[in-house]
Amino acid sequence: MSVHSYSASVQKRFSVSRRGTLAAIALTALTSLSAATTADARSGMSASASDPAAEKGLAIALEADRRDAGFSDYQAKLKMILRNAHGDQSMRELRSRFLEQENDGDKSLVIFDHPRDVNGTAFLTFSHVDGDDDQWLYLPALKRVKRISSSNKSGPFMGSEFAYEDISSQEVEEFTYRFLREDVLAGEPTFVVERVPTHRKSGYTRQEVWIDQAEYRTFKIVYYDRKGDLLKTLVQSDFEQFLGQYWRPKTMRMLNHQTGKSTDLLWSEFSFRNGYEQADFDRAVLASAR
Amino acid sequence: MPSLRRTHFPAWLPLLFLSAMAAVPAFSQASDLQSSPPNTEPAPAQSEPGEWAGFWGLELRAFESESVSGQEDQVGSLILEPEYFRQWNDGRDRLVVRPFARLDSEDDERSHFDIRELYWQRLGKRWQLDVGFRKVFWGVTESVHLVDIVNQADGVEDPDGEDKVGQPMVHLGLTKPWGRLDLYLLTGFRERTFPGADGRLRPPIKVDVDAARYESGAEEGHIDLALRWSRVLGDVDLGVSYFRGTSREPLLLPETRGEALVLTPFYAQIDQLGIDVQATLDAWLWKLEAVSRWSGEPDDPTPGFGDYLAAAAGFEYTFFDLRGSGLDVGLLLEYLWDERREQATTAFEDDIFVGARLAWNDVQSTELLVGAAFDVDSDAAFISVEGSRRLGERYELELRLRAFVNPEPDDPLSAFAEDDYLQLSLKRYF
Repeated sequence: MSVHSYSASVQKRFSVSRRGTLAAIALTALTSLSAATTADARSGMSASASDPAAEKGLAIALEADRRDAGFSDYQAKLKMILRNAHGDQSMRELRSRFLEQENDGDKSLVIFDHPRDVNGTAFLTFSHVDGDDDQWLYLPALKRVKRISSSNKSGPFMGSEFAYEDISSQEVEEFTYRFLREDVLAGEPTFVVERVPTHRKSGYTRQEVWIDQAEYRTFKIVYYDRKGDLLKTLVQSDFEQFLGQYWRPKTMRMLNHQTGKSTDLLWSEFSFRNGYEQADFDRAVLASAR
Repeated sequence: MPSLRRTHFPAWLPLLFLSAMAAVPAFSQASDLQSSPPNTEPAPAQSEPGEWAGFWGLELRAFESESVSGQEDQVGSLILEPEYFRQWNDGRDRLVVRPFARLDSEDDERSHFDIRELYWQRLGKRWQLDVGFRKVFWGVTESVHLVDIVNQADGVEDPDGEDKVGQPMVHLGLTKPWGRLDLYLLTGFRERTFPGADGRLRPPIKVDVDAARYESGAEEGHIDLALRWSRVLGDVDLGVSYFRGTSREPLLLPETRGEALVLTPFYAQIDQLGIDVQATLDAWLWKLEAVSRWSGEPDDPTPGFGDYLAAAAGFEYTFFDLRGSGLDVGLLLEYLWDERREQATTAFEDDIFVGARLAWNDVQSTELLVGAAFDVDSDAAFISVEGSRRLGERYELELRLRAFVNPEPDDPLSAFAEDDYLQLSLKRYF
């Protein structure tokens, strides 16, 4: 009850000022707990100062987002390595492009290269601050563009250990926050923040997030399932800074403790500020995206 | 000129296309100097090497019943569909070549070669131009594709009509603030293919494709026009389309040829106005497709020839990640209607389609689509099962099952009454 009313108030306050939220399949969203950035948002936050731990948790999320705002656009290549408990491997390769939006969630275009049977499949997402995201899927064998439902949150993305909600836009109002403690991870001082998803279709009761104090990068997330049991751990490493500001992890490893399966995401060939326009993320480009 | 009609497309078209291609790189290089976007690094002058992709496969079909005309009950096929892709001029110019070939163990008509795609594409920021053979899909519903009219169905491939032959065209697509406008000049007609005497899933009477007739004196040289406006309005995807030209769907006219009765394909000139709408609301997809088709002679007594309306509407609702298992279960319901009723050239004139789509979201991308269309006025039903699963990194196993239950004698599907079949195919992608 308290969680929901709190989240509603957060949502109201930040709905005007969404910048820097990352689009669906923007796995790099995990580098920062993206959030609103303007003065409005910050004053809104301080006005809700009833719980100091909640206030500090939210402040950390906001700061992480502020540091990631303004990248305009970028593209990158992604290799996914799926492993089961026996060590069998399966590989996926895709390319993604992201376009930052001024007053809404970002747009993303993902093109699949491997496995070869999905070669040419493309996935367009407009993430939104308010309401569900818009998603279209292009099926090259049929030349068909399908608008698809974005209400799948907890299901696996491409058979991996990443759920759709792990890789889609991480809007600040999709969680409530609570600062837990300070910790040292990989030799760096970090904040540990608990966040609780507000979406009723989320597969998690809560997450614990390790964010480094110097650069506000997300080093680690621990996920707890609907029963409250430990489910997965994500570790992000090989951070590289772009344009002197934007940090991106080149390695993400998600381990499912309950099944023993894991998925590695290996990012490469980042390129920022390519001059993308809205028209490059139009539904009509899906059929010619390669 | 029957032999000319048998050719899948006018022979001069690819030649024209290829000669146009030869002129392209020079043109592209010149325009590259002027149109480089300011924020990107200078486009590399050299063109990227071409890439090959595609698949080959083995397909086995087993029919449940013996055929009435002595065809085989088990049929094997080899299929090959490679794709060559090359882009240059910093990705603004592309060449796509996708031939298709099937070698069938029984049916000489089903053994065939086709150009599915062979086109040059020029991409601008808010426009695109395509010249050559392409495939285009319009529409939203699952059970029938009323609005989709640009490409001819490859009638020997699958009775569902979803396999299409390449359509020669010049296409201009424009992205405007008021929506997307696609203009098509369709520069040649492709006749529908039909299984031969040794093939299954065909009418009991021979279709004499060599004797196809046209309403237009230009025959397959008639140039058709198509245009489509589409737009996203919040949760709603809307498309309005118009087509003027040769009907892709032939009327099959019974005629005597000497002693024998044959069916002669007749291709009328038609106009078709279409609308397709999908509203995406949470896990619900609400869908509507409707067409109004009219031809020059609205009072023509030939069954199926005349003005009519047809529509399909329904929904798909998906339970995502059922009980945390990763399994998605989608339920589909569509109502299919055709104003012509008994005179309709489709079996789905007053039918209810129910279906379930299962996606396991596993490493092998296992999926299953089970559906059945029930005729409201009789016991007739059409049942379809389509499944697929990846094996390893490069193989895919596909399963299809089709059953034609109690078709009425006047139903277009009655010809397939003894042709229930199971199909397994293994594809290797490269």
